[in-house]
Amino acid sequence: MPKKRSTFLLSVLCFGMAFLYIPMFLLIVYSFNYSKIVSVWGGLSTRWYISLFESEEIWSALMLSLKIAIVNATFATLFGTLAGLALARFRHFRGRTLFTGMISAPLVMPEVITGLSLLLLFITLGDLIGWPEKRGITTITIAHITFSLAYVAVIIESRLSGIGETLEEAALDLGAKPLRVMMDITLPLLAPGMLAGWLLAFTLSLDDLVIASFVSGPGSSTLPMLIYSRVKLGLKPDINALATMIILAVAMGVLIAGWILIRQQKQRERDAQLAGAK
Amino acid sequence: MIKPTDSALTASRLNESTKMIFHRRWVRVVDNFFQSRWKGLSVAIPYVWLVIFFLIPFFIVLKISFAESLIASPPFSSLFEWSEDAALKMTLIFDNFAYLWEDDLYVKTYLNSVKISTISTILCLLIGYPMAYAIVRASGTMKYLLLLMVILPFWTSFLLRVYAWMGILADQGTLNSFLIWAGVIDQPIRMMYSEFAVYIGIVYSYLPFMILPLYANLEKLDLTLHEAASDLGAHPITVFFTVTLPLTIPGIIAGGLLVFIPATGEFVIPDLLGGGNVLMIGRVLYDEFNSNHDWPVAAAVAIALLILLVIPMMLYQHAQSRQINN
Repeated sequence: MPKKRSTFLLSVLCFGMAFLYIPMFLLIVYSFNYSKIVSVWGGLSTRWYISLFESEEIWSALMLSLKIAIVNATFATLFGTLAGLALARFRHFRGRTLFTGMISAPLVMPEVITGLSLLLLFITLGDLIGWPEKRGITTITIAHITFSLAYVAVIIESRLSGIGETLEEAALDLGAKPLRVMMDITLPLLAPGMLAGWLLAFTLSLDDLVIASFVSGPGSSTLPMLIYSRVKLGLKPDINALATMIILAVAMGVLIAGWILIRQQKQRERDAQLAGAK
Repeated sequence: MIKPTDSALTASRLNESTKMIFHRRWVRVVDNFFQSRWKGLSVAIPYVWLVIFFLIPFFIVLKISFAESLIASPPFSSLFEWSEDAALKMTLIFDNFAYLWEDDLYVKTYLNSVKISTISTILCLLIGYPMAYAIVRASGTMKYLLLLMVILPFWTSFLLRVYAWMGILADQGTLNSFLIWAGVIDQPIRMMYSEFAVYIGIVYSYLPFMILPLYANLEKLDLTLHEAASDLGAHPITVFFTVTLPLTIPGIIAGGLLVFIPATGEFVIPDLLGGGNVLMIGRVLYDEFNSNHDWPVAAAVAIALLILLVIPMMLYQHAQSRQINN
């Protein structure tokens, strides 16, 4: 590889990383600011954290968001795994083209369209069959499952095509029934993918503002909806404190996951070397 | 005297054994059913879900976009009406679309959305390509660490990351304070509530979406091609433009579409950073719906946005399926 351009590459890399991380860093720094005006430094303080913990509104929004996120992630993983299996392993079934389209469209669909169309569906259903009576936690969860399952399906599909079909074919050759192969071979191989899918669906749900604000009803504000209504008119120091805690929690999670992945990778390389030496 | 009990006993035994047989048969039927039908069932569950909650809603939006706006709840007219001769009559009203076309605001908003997302996509590519290239060339643990750093923002709250820029770009924000402190400017520059702020917000939020497909593409590149080109005396820049760049076009297309499509319909970024000055279609739709309560016009805006994005979306799907097949 030519080494000449590496200074250029390195400087763009540093610039890009700084661009990605400086805003988050500043967010954290200002959360410890005593001053009521976020961007004017008034000395070190943890008062915004205290007011955050005392705010009942934030706690109830957080609990609602967590509830929705957990139910959503579980169902999205279930449905998404089935969909991913169908895409990767069942070659031909009726309506496959439509199915593929319905799986990949939610990934790039603008949120305003998804939100609007689901709201209109819920209203139409309410008129026709009387369900849902009112919008809130159920409608938000249904909306989230709909787009999260597409993400899970894509993860599962790519993992399945990465694994290949040799193990399953071997089991089939040895006389196992297809359902048994699915239960004993395919699903255990998929477990890491399903975990990744669950986590992704969980964060997608926790993060969603636009779709939730369309399909939510009075009295059910998720955490992003609450944050949005507060920051709409400007900077709020207690939101900085909240952001700091979210960023730190996510960073810890990602670092731990990354550390485990890197260790596994190294272990695999070592195993391969040992196998080669023998 | 014994007989009735006896017969009752026999009957109950008989009953039990039929029950057993029946039970076994039932299990077998269920088992057979699952052995032969489980594939169909496992496709059917997500299939039905997506048809109900993804496909049908679009037809409802389409239907309402042709309806008349009414001051009622729900605020639109019904498309299907029973006329006197009991035939189902469908009234299509193109007024909403004509309104969009005639009102300057909507056409301008449309063009402006496309302009903003196109320029943002190009900016993402210009920053993301060298970054992806540098990450591919990094060694061992460093490579994973850099990749993690690109992925990490993706897992944190999108809303809060946009909010972070409000603090930087505000009149008394970090950037202005820094520039005044450094003596570059005397008066704070107005950066918030402008297109500039929207560009920053979009590039910042969608940069990882550009880097990841490019990284995946660059990593699979056959390095012997570069060596061959260099050995034959090609200048590194020539190698880049004649070998590397053409081979990474799939990654550029995938990354570009992943930025362009959602950026065009973006709501949060123009709303928080652009304020009232920046016209983008996602915001107009949201306002039309939530503030003006004009549902038919909102639905028509949604359909118009969808028409604009349907070609890029199909391109994306095509690129994805080709990648999976390879």
